[in-house]
Amino acid sequence: MVSGLINANPIVYEKKERRTRSTPADVDEYAVEAIDQLEIFEHIRDIKDPEHPYSLEELKVISEDAIEVDDKHSYVRVTFTPTVEHCSMATVIGLCLRVKLMRSLPSRYKVDIRVAPGTHATEAAVNKQLNDKERVAAALENPNLVDMVDECLAPSYE
Amino acid sequence: MNFADENFELREVQRLEGHTDRVWNLAWKPATGVDGVPAVLASSSGDKTVRIWEQSPFTGSFECKAVLEDTHNRTVRSCAWSPSGKLLATASFDATTAIWEDVGGEYTCVSTLEGHENEVKSVSWNASGSLLATCGRDKSVWIWEVLPHNEFECVSVLQGHTQDVKMVQWHPSMDILFSCSYDNTIKVWAGDGDNDDWHCVQTLNESNSDDLTIKIWGSDIMRMQSGDGTASWEGIISSGAADDAVRLFVESKDGLVDGPTYKLLLKKEKAHDMDVNSVQWSSMENRRLASASDDGTVKIWELCSSSGQKKV
Repeated sequence: MVSGLINANPIVYEKKERRTRSTPADVDEYAVEAIDQLEIFEHIRDIKDPEHPYSLEELKVISEDAIEVDDKHSYVRVTFTPTVEHCSMATVIGLCLRVKLMRSLPSRYKVDIRVAPGTHATEAAVNKQLNDKERVAAALENPNLVDMVDECLAPSYE
Repeated sequence: MNFADENFELREVQRLEGHTDRVWNLAWKPATGVDGVPAVLASSSGDKTVRIWEQSPFTGSFECKAVLEDTHNRTVRSCAWSPSGKLLATASFDATTAIWEDVGGEYTCVSTLEGHENEVKSVSWNASGSLLATCGRDKSVWIWEVLPHNEFECVSVLQGHTQDVKMVQWHPSMDILFSCSYDNTIKVWAGDGDNDDWHCVQTLNESNSDDLTIKIWGSDIMRMQSGDGTASWEGIISSGAADDAVRLFVESKDGLVDGPTYKLLLKKEKAHDMDVNSVQWSSMENRRLASASDDGTVKIWELCSSSGQKKV
């Protein structure tokens, strides 16, 4: 029986231990905390891979270090690593990341999503597509694609 | 008009709310805003509608006069008035282009242009209003002939771009069509004498479409302009960008031999809360600019000298 999956046997890694933040005693209750790397990671770590019942964190598709965030300039860039070089799910994963962040972050944020350099056969094309606002908007009007994205995002809301 | 000696600012005149999704594109209706005719503006949105805004002659405020809905079932990406202002073309991700006519204040869809395989991204009328061009993700550019009784006939399907075609725009006075694409090229299209055999006469491919610049191209005939989200009025080029800002550029008279150069006149930071998708100078009125944004609003601006007085 031939498996139809792109990567039938992904390597599954252990999840990183979740750190709870300690709150300093003298913090101003009303101060808005700057969004940092960890907070971004918390939003996306549990997103499910489109093909396998594992999270993007478990498959090492994303990691906390691959997130760059500058709260002052409302900018975040997530670099993800597809499990295989010819992964046609790369654009779906990228879309899932973007949608989750779009829904979770303040609207002032500018989000860049890209594949890690050297990890995908058509890297430039994938990156261009993932960051083309028009293409993303059109994709999100496709009900089948939206269903797929929502399914991947479901575990990340718990 | 002297841009060198004075400081200018872009003053926000009004914020138009109503759309329930991002506003992609704007178009001022020709021959309005002058001779006592109230200014009219069309805006197209991700909420699948087009809104028509009209300036009240009494209060000076823009009000929403009509919502063009129940026709497109996906994002309306672009809108364009025919040169006479009689018709409005709206291009949608639903792969169609709708033609609307204003009949006594009521806008009716009088024709639907089908043929593109997927999202239509841009629509443009030629100077005489005899031709219409559309383009889309299917990499093609379509040219339509405008016939009597609101009939439209496709006269050419132009292939050549190797990726999505983002925008088409006709030359302001000649029947020459420009298209720009995801494939990082701009193509120039012209027809033969009868205008039925259209072909690509030139391809400009000197840049990456993501290089964050506006390029000015010259020709032997007259100056042409390229780019998305920009509009020029009396030598001022306005541009809206994904950094939420609106910028104005003017020709710099710094005496270069080779040709004109442009400099930044002013930058309006945080013109909107999110990306600015389109800016358009009003067809007639002094120094009036409209901008459209991902934040779902349209804003009307006035260019004034910093002393607060509107320039004559």
